[in-house]
Amino acid sequence: MSEKHEKLIDKKGIRLDGRKADELRSLKLEVGVLPNADGSAYVEHGKNKILVGVFGPREVHPKHLMKADRMVLKCRYHMAPFSVPERKSPAPSRREVELSKVIRESLEPALFPELYPRTGIDVYVEVLQADGGTRCAAITAAALALADSGIPMRDLVVACAAGKVEDTVVLDLYDAEDKLGAADVPVAYMPNLNAVTLLQMDGQLSPEEFEKALNMAMEGCKKIYALQKEALKNKYMTTKVETKEETEE
Amino acid sequence: MPTFFEAKQLVTPGELLAEGEYQAGENTYVEAGKIFASRIGLVDLENKKVNVVALRAFYVPKPGDIVIGSVIEVGFNGWTIDIKAPYTAMLRASDVLSRPFKPQNDELSQVLDAGDLIVAKIASFDRAHDPQLTVGEPGLGKITRGQLMRVIPTKIPRVIGRKGSMISMIKTETNCQIILGLNGVILVTGKNPADEELAMKAIKKIEDESHTTGLTDRITQLLKEAKAKPEEIKQ
Repeated sequence: MSEKHEKLIDKKGIRLDGRKADELRSLKLEVGVLPNADGSAYVEHGKNKILVGVFGPREVHPKHLMKADRMVLKCRYHMAPFSVPERKSPAPSRREVELSKVIRESLEPALFPELYPRTGIDVYVEVLQADGGTRCAAITAAALALADSGIPMRDLVVACAAGKVEDTVVLDLYDAEDKLGAADVPVAYMPNLNAVTLLQMDGQLSPEEFEKALNMAMEGCKKIYALQKEALKNKYMTTKVETKEETEE
Repeated sequence: MPTFFEAKQLVTPGELLAEGEYQAGENTYVEAGKIFASRIGLVDLENKKVNVVALRAFYVPKPGDIVIGSVIEVGFNGWTIDIKAPYTAMLRASDVLSRPFKPQNDELSQVLDAGDLIVAKIASFDRAHDPQLTVGEPGLGKITRGQLMRVIPTKIPRVIGRKGSMISMIKTETNCQIILGLNGVILVTGKNPADEELAMKAIKKIEDESHTTGLTDRITQLLKEAKAKPEEIKQ
């Protein structure tokens, strides 16, 4: 690639896609979109489009994964062949296997696995369109889908990334910033319990920059958390409004 | 010692509900002396006990519960039953036959075959063992006619109503027999399909609007209206 790409962030501090350094991409969250799943959610995070379906608690297959004293959580993160500009092979790649693990481990602390021994929960994450930060958007949507399925949870898990482009710490990197930028720090977080469940770093940051990025990501998480709660409540608010209209007739 | 909610407020998992001398009730948990919600639902305070009536939940078997299930598999000395719970249930042959079971004399699939539906009671269940069912009581056993529907299991108490007021009203208004499985499966048996449809419509309405007030009146109205013009329900 030539070095002729535009500056990722201009003198006024405006990024390539027009955002300020600490601005999130637009977010759309929807709950209960798949009637065949026990719980589901759909998220549009910038240009990311991700669908999550949750099944269970149910019997674990294969049987040897079953735990006699607790519930197991299984995650599958998968990118559709058409989710990226160049066709992606539908077979699970090394990256997808890793992200499945990372998503599972960031959701696990929110659950009460000891309540339902010998069962398992399946979380299927399907990335329909990818534009950087899919793991974060996937965690946000997966937490919503879990809550929608009626599985008891300590808190909703929210995830958001921060990173560094052109010597500036910025929030919620998209594809170009992720690839050309200097660093990326995805953070998953449970706001009510103030607990971080995922913290990764790709690239290099000084300790000061890292701290700034972490705090920025956590602030971003809190903003998304508000939207998450709203999305979950919305599903029931609509039926409430309908009944009000009915009684007025 | 404060609470942080209004009565019947909609809460999401992780929301702080109360602090201090309160007791944690259903669908809540305690962390560092604070009570949080663990499911989406409506909060209620009852004698210092904070409860969340869940809007989304699944059925967890409890000994003594009446459930409706379907036969998944005919085994050597019993049946495997799907009771719409995290665990599959077992029904033993000796329980159904009411006499000692001998594999050489009895063909189990002639008693109950895969796909058959049964009303049964949970005989036992604990953390280490799958639920065992029993049909050795009047009213239990194979289902021969009627229609099935599913609701979210936590809505069953709402369908029953206060001291059974709701369900007995639907029964008398529609002339249907209704068996409520605590696992969220409901069997409606009436003299004709139209009656069954009406009863199911009423139950569906209860499920959809369980978190609103004045529901009994609306259900009564629905049933009365449908009776006045019977053509409409057939559509």
